[in-house]
Amino acid sequence: MNRLQSVVILGATSAIATAVARELAEHGARLFLIARDGERLETLLQDLRVRGDDASGTRILGTTADLADIDAHADVWAQAQEALGNNIDAVLLAWGTLPDQEACNASVATTLEAIHVNGTSGIAFLARIAPDFEQRGRGVIAAIGSVAGDRGRQSNYVYGTAKGMLATYLQGLRNRLFFSGVDVVTIKPGFVRTPMTEGFNRAGALWAEPETVARGIVKAMRRGSDVAYLPWIWWGIMTVIRLIPEYLFKRLKL
Amino acid sequence: MTTSWNRIPRVAHAAEVTLNRRGQPLPGASHPLLAYGLGRSYGDVCLNPGGSLLHTRDLDRFIAFDPDTGRITAEAGLTLDDLLRFAVPRGWFVPVVPGTRFVTLGGAVANDVHGKNHHHAGSFGEHVRALTLRRSNGECLEVTPDGTPDWFAATVGGLGLTGLIETVTLQLIPVRTPWMRAWSQRFDSLDEFWELDARAEREWPYTVAWIDCLNPGPRGEIGRGIYSGARHATTAPARNQYREPRRAIPLDPPVSLVNRVTLRLFNQLYYRQSVHPTARAVHHLPWLFPLDAIRHWNRIYGYKGFYQYQCVLPPHAQKDGMQALLDAVAASGQGSFLAVLKRFGDRAGPGMLSFPRPGATLALDFPERGNETEHLFRRLDRIVQEAGGALYPAKDARMSPELFRSGFPRWEEFASFVDSEFSSGFWRRVTK
Repeated sequence: MNRLQSVVILGATSAIATAVARELAEHGARLFLIARDGERLETLLQDLRVRGDDASGTRILGTTADLADIDAHADVWAQAQEALGNNIDAVLLAWGTLPDQEACNASVATTLEAIHVNGTSGIAFLARIAPDFEQRGRGVIAAIGSVAGDRGRQSNYVYGTAKGMLATYLQGLRNRLFFSGVDVVTIKPGFVRTPMTEGFNRAGALWAEPETVARGIVKAMRRGSDVAYLPWIWWGIMTVIRLIPEYLFKRLKL
Repeated sequence: MTTSWNRIPRVAHAAEVTLNRRGQPLPGASHPLLAYGLGRSYGDVCLNPGGSLLHTRDLDRFIAFDPDTGRITAEAGLTLDDLLRFAVPRGWFVPVVPGTRFVTLGGAVANDVHGKNHHHAGSFGEHVRALTLRRSNGECLEVTPDGTPDWFAATVGGLGLTGLIETVTLQLIPVRTPWMRAWSQRFDSLDEFWELDARAEREWPYTVAWIDCLNPGPRGEIGRGIYSGARHATTAPARNQYREPRRAIPLDPPVSLVNRVTLRLFNQLYYRQSVHPTARAVHHLPWLFPLDAIRHWNRIYGYKGFYQYQCVLPPHAQKDGMQALLDAVAASGQGSFLAVLKRFGDRAGPGMLSFPRPGATLALDFPERGNETEHLFRRLDRIVQEAGGALYPAKDARMSPELFRSGFPRWEEFASFVDSEFSSGFWRRVTK
C-alpha cells in the first residue's frame, strides 16, 4: 500500500482531478495543485481547505501554469517539491483536452497541437520527474490516459494517438522504475460525465460520474496497480474491441 | 430529457447550460432562464419549457466553514448529502432536511423546504444567514435577513425566480453523534393521531406520521397509521457501524408497479411493520431519508410518471379537513403509496411564497391515470381551498392560478422581485 499523504495533481481543475483532490483532502493529505486558470484554481483550493480542515492554507497549496508549455515544467516541479518538503508520495497527471476530430482532420497544426497537449507534454513532464522518483526509490506516478488510446477509431483517433503514446511511455517507465520500487499507474477512464464531454448524449449505463472514477483512481494509486480501467467494465469492453480483426474494424463506424 | 422527479410534465428546453464558476455571466437572454439543481422537486417548478436551464450541479464548492460556530458558506449546487458527509463527522448537522438528501442548497432555499422537525426548527430559510444572488443584468446582490429583508423574503421560497442563487451561508446545528433516538407507535384514527401529536411534539424535535389511506381502522374510518418521533442521540450505540443499503430500481418497468392491488398490499404490510414504542438508537440516514436507500425509486411508476399532492391546512380547519381529504382519497380507490401527515409549528416560513405555515400538511402520491387522477385532485383542491389552505409549489404540476393566488396571497408583492429574464413552467402557469 502506498501512502498518499503528499500528492501533486497537475491539471487539477479538471472534473476527475478535482474529485481525486477532494477525496485526498478529506483523508488529510497535503496537496499541491497545478492548473491553468488562476481563478478556478483559487476556488478549488478554497473548497479543498474546507474539506481538508486547512483553514490556514498551509497544507493545501497550488500554482498556476500552462502545462502544455514544457518550459514551465522545471519551475512547476521545483515549486511542488518545495511546497511538499521534498517528500512527494505521488504525482497525478490529469491535464488534457478533448480535441475535435473534424477540426484535426482539417488542420495539421491542430492535430499536432492536440497530440502535444494530451501526449508529448505529459511525456516531457514524466521524463523530468522520473529520475527524482528513481533516486528516492519509492512513490507513485499516475497519469490519466483513456480507453480511446487502446485502438484508433475514425471518430477520435488524434486524442487516441496521444493517449496511446502516453500509455506506451508509462508502460516502459513502469518497467524501468519497478526496479527502484516506484509504482507507475496508467488510468484509463471510459465515458465520464465531465465538462469535457458536455454535448454528448450522456444517458446510459456506460457513463460514470467523476466521483466514481476518482475513487477508483485513489484506490489504484494506493495499491500501485499497473493499469486501471475505470469503471472496471471497460477492461472487458476494450478487450473485445482490441480483438476485432482490423479488416473488420476498419469497416465499422465507431 | 431533463424532467423533475415525478417525470410530469415532459417538456423540451431551448438550451441547457452547465455553470461551473460563480460570477460567470449568465447566457444571453433570448429565452427565459431558470436554475436546475438535482431535479428532485415535482412538476414544473424546476422546468422551463421553451426556455433555458442553468445546471448548477458543478457549482458545488465549499467556501468557508467556522468549526467553532458551525456556520458554513458554499456554492448553491452543493448537495445536502455532501454537506452532511462533511458536517456530521465534525459534530454538526443540517438544521432542516427534507425527505431526501439529494437536493442542492439552492433548491432547499428556493423552495424553503421543511422537514420532520418543522415544529421545532422551522423551515430551511430560517437558518440561512446570507446568500448571493446573480441577476440577469450582471448585478450580484448580497442578500441577508437583516440587511436586505425584502430580497431575502423574496428569494427564500422564491422558486428560483429572483435570479441565480450562487452561494448560501447556513447555520448548522451541533450534534454529538450520527445517531438518533427514535420510537414509533400505531394509531387507529386521526383523532388518535392529534392526541399523540400534541403529546409528542413538545418532547421530540422530529415527528412524522404515515397514514394508511386505503384500509380503515377498527372503527371503520380511514386514518390509521404509524407515528414516529426522534431526536439526535447524545451517545452512539455500542454497535455504531452503519452502512446504508444501496439498492436501485434499474430501469422503467413497462407499466406502473403501483396499482390497486400492490397499493392495498403495501399499505397493509407497512401498517403491520414492527413498531418500537420505546426509543432506540437508529442511524440518521434511514430515519430521515428512508427512500434514499432506493436510488431511482421514481421509476416504479413507469415511464408515465406520477403526481405528488401536498397541501397545508390552517389549524382551525386541519382536523375536519384532513379527514375529508383522506375520505375523498379512499372513496376514489386510488390510494397513495406513502401518505405523510405532519403538523407544522406555529411560525410561517420567512419567504413571501414559503409553503410552511401554522397548520398541518399532508403529502400523497398517485400514479398518472389521466382524467381519473385529475378528477380526484379537483375534489381535493376544493377541500383545500374551502379550508383556506395551500398546495406546495415544489410538488405541483397542475394547480390552478386561483388556488395558487389564494394559497400565496403575497404573490403580487413577490412578482415585483422576479428577475425579468427568469421564469419557470410553474410561474407562467399560475400567473396566467
